[in-house]
Amino acid sequence: MIAEIGLAALWLAAALAGLQLVAGALAVKRDNGALASLVRPAAIVQGLLCALSFGLLILLFVRTDLSVALVASNSHSEKPLIFKFSGAWGNHEGSMLLWITVMAVAGALIALVERRLPERTMLATLAAQAFVGIGFYAYILLASNPFERLNPAPAQGAGLNPQLQDIGLAYHPTTFYVGYVGLSVAFSFVVGALVTRQVTPDFARAMRPWALGAWMFLTLGITAGSYWAAYILGWGGWWFWDPVENGGLMPWLAATALLHSVSVLAARDALRTWTVMLGVLAFSMSMLGTFLVRSGILTSVHAFAVDPTRGSFILALLAIYIGGALALFVTRSSTVAEGERFTAISRESALAINNVALCAILAVVLFGTLYPLLTEALGFQVSVGPPYFNPVSAIFFLPMLLVLTVGPLLRWRRDSLTRIRTPILIVATTILVALAVAIFATDAGVLPVLGMAMAAAVAVASFMPLWGRSLRRVPLAVWGMAISHFGIAVGLFGMAADSAFEQERLVAAEVGDVIQDGPWTVRVVGVAPVAGSNWTGLEATLEAQYKGGGVSVVSPQKRSFWTPAQETSTSAMVTRWNGQLYTVLGGETDDGRWQLRLSWKPFVTWIWYGGILIAFGGLLALIGRVRSDLRRRAAREKGGARRAEVMA
Amino acid sequence: MSGFASIVRRFPALAGFAMLWAALALCVVGAPAAAQDSLPPAPYAYRQLDDPELEAQAKALMATLRCLKCQSQSIDDSDAPMAGDMRHQVRTRLLAGDTPEEVRAWLVERYGDYVSYKPEVKSTTWPLFVMPLLIVLLALVILRGRLKARKA
Repeated sequence: MIAEIGLAALWLAAALAGLQLVAGALAVKRDNGALASLVRPAAIVQGLLCALSFGLLILLFVRTDLSVALVASNSHSEKPLIFKFSGAWGNHEGSMLLWITVMAVAGALIALVERRLPERTMLATLAAQAFVGIGFYAYILLASNPFERLNPAPAQGAGLNPQLQDIGLAYHPTTFYVGYVGLSVAFSFVVGALVTRQVTPDFARAMRPWALGAWMFLTLGITAGSYWAAYILGWGGWWFWDPVENGGLMPWLAATALLHSVSVLAARDALRTWTVMLGVLAFSMSMLGTFLVRSGILTSVHAFAVDPTRGSFILALLAIYIGGALALFVTRSSTVAEGERFTAISRESALAINNVALCAILAVVLFGTLYPLLTEALGFQVSVGPPYFNPVSAIFFLPMLLVLTVGPLLRWRRDSLTRIRTPILIVATTILVALAVAIFATDAGVLPVLGMAMAAAVAVASFMPLWGRSLRRVPLAVWGMAISHFGIAVGLFGMAADSAFEQERLVAAEVGDVIQDGPWTVRVVGVAPVAGSNWTGLEATLEAQYKGGGVSVVSPQKRSFWTPAQETSTSAMVTRWNGQLYTVLGGETDDGRWQLRLSWKPFVTWIWYGGILIAFGGLLALIGRVRSDLRRRAAREKGGARRAEVMA
Repeated sequence: MSGFASIVRRFPALAGFAMLWAALALCVVGAPAAAQDSLPPAPYAYRQLDDPELEAQAKALMATLRCLKCQSQSIDDSDAPMAGDMRHQVRTRLLAGDTPEEVRAWLVERYGDYVSYKPEVKSTTWPLFVMPLLIVLLALVILRGRLKARKA
């Protein structure tokens, strides 16, 4: 019964999305008040119904109702409760339901709170939101129904892929989907503004929290995914330039560009067409990311669906939305009046350079990701990997960081470099000193050296916008910017330092052996069998000492799961402020010794601290923006009331 | 995220493509690459070379060689058995006196271009290098256009 109610709620929600689209579109076209009054309630009820449907799916998983096909093929009664819970979206159907739920709830939220935009733009926005939604409803209801029944019900479920049985799964896909959906909301605003030709600073202010929020969640999603990959997937690599990772990185790059250009539009009414284009681009990239991951075009665990009909369905959606948006953009963008102008040395100009560089990196990643798929279709195989992506993206990334150091110090519209020559000198000195240290004191490669030097410069420069200001009066959004930029420096330093200074030891060790790895002394205390609720395995006990300091015990494991049958190695780490010691237990050798992999990764944790700082800066900016928007609205209402009084 | 690759190897159903490659490797190289999960790994799969300089060369080379059974992982980054066998090959060949580029050429001869991540300009890869150049040119052209428009 629960499954049927869930399915019915989903169909009703889809029908309401249809109503929202038709009523919204007609209301915009004919200015019909009766139809217009339907749109907001439809969006709100749609959000509630979706939330109900998703809640019921979780309930089915928690109860392990094996008569539901999805539960039977992805869950198991002996699985720990938290993974039953997160298992609800750790599969194709469930994750698509999560997507549409987040989207419907976001639509309900705009319908409830957004009052800044002209009503017609608002209606067009909600209609666009419904239009995007309908495609996903159709996809779920017609091609991936999560509530399908199984008759007869099996006695036991197939279980969840052990590597997905991790707390990471509870938050990694959710943060990503919230990010993707946030971009879809930004896209709906763009469509709304294009339809009514109202690309104004007000539109930018209405869209900004969504772009900012989406960007923040994507940042967290990428950071969490990178950390998850490093600690659960065996060997401690934090970025592989895998198509699935790139599918998450591309929307982030587009969202980063969007977030900067939307600020220009909000503050200066400049970069109108460009902002609109980025809104379309960001959403296209999140659709593409979903397509890459969901269609099964890549052989990877992310492609839970190995089903060509689903792939072609998503491809059709991709074509309709991106094609439609581009068509609308092309036909309407010429009617969007050009925004305010600015000179070459100005804050707008710095932000425009940032945008161009981000788009260039995006193009490189996009092309490098799709090229092997293209050549495979043509009959030959090519590998595009880190040795291509790292240097080619650095060509655009490093100059962008240079602009980042002084850009925030420039004034809007017109400025001169001589006015900010002291900060420029400080930045230049930092770069030169850091370069000298990195070159002469280490034997790091070219990219890590440049990375460390730029990290130092960005770290120093990130707080310059606060220089000489009363810190308590600095707006929250400026604090957010400073912290995010500082986070980039921290993360970049982590990446460069880990690439340059990692120290690895591979040994076949006996119990009692002492192994030296960089500053670490590791003693093998023992190897013993262990068992969990759905696996058995071996666990090594190691005592690790950093430069003769206190002893930490680490226990890497090799696990054999039985639902489904699979072997995984579970690494174990010692985390210090300045890096991580990473340990993996391998197999037993012929002569009864144990293969151990020890890897000292200096400052690797800074990559993830950096990601968190970037997202935290985004959160501060979001709070700051929303607060000042609310204040402005309150002031406007007060002003309106006073005017009414005076008139009376 | 993607290191998910390492799962693919344990999940044959998901990895028809990877299996194909494994089968191919089996035909071509025979015994060394045919090592199954049940056999103990080849000696240099999980053992470093004694000469630190040679080991550094091996590591740099391994970072640019693709693990054929995995999704987007280098053999340096993967604990798949096949990656282990390939590491063994790389280390023994370097030990025997081959230069890293000779080892790469030897592997490419056996497994095709697919095995190497090293970006090389070839008839099959030139678009990868032309594209970034085009972006730079495009940016310059737009910039020039905007500056001219301003002067006018």
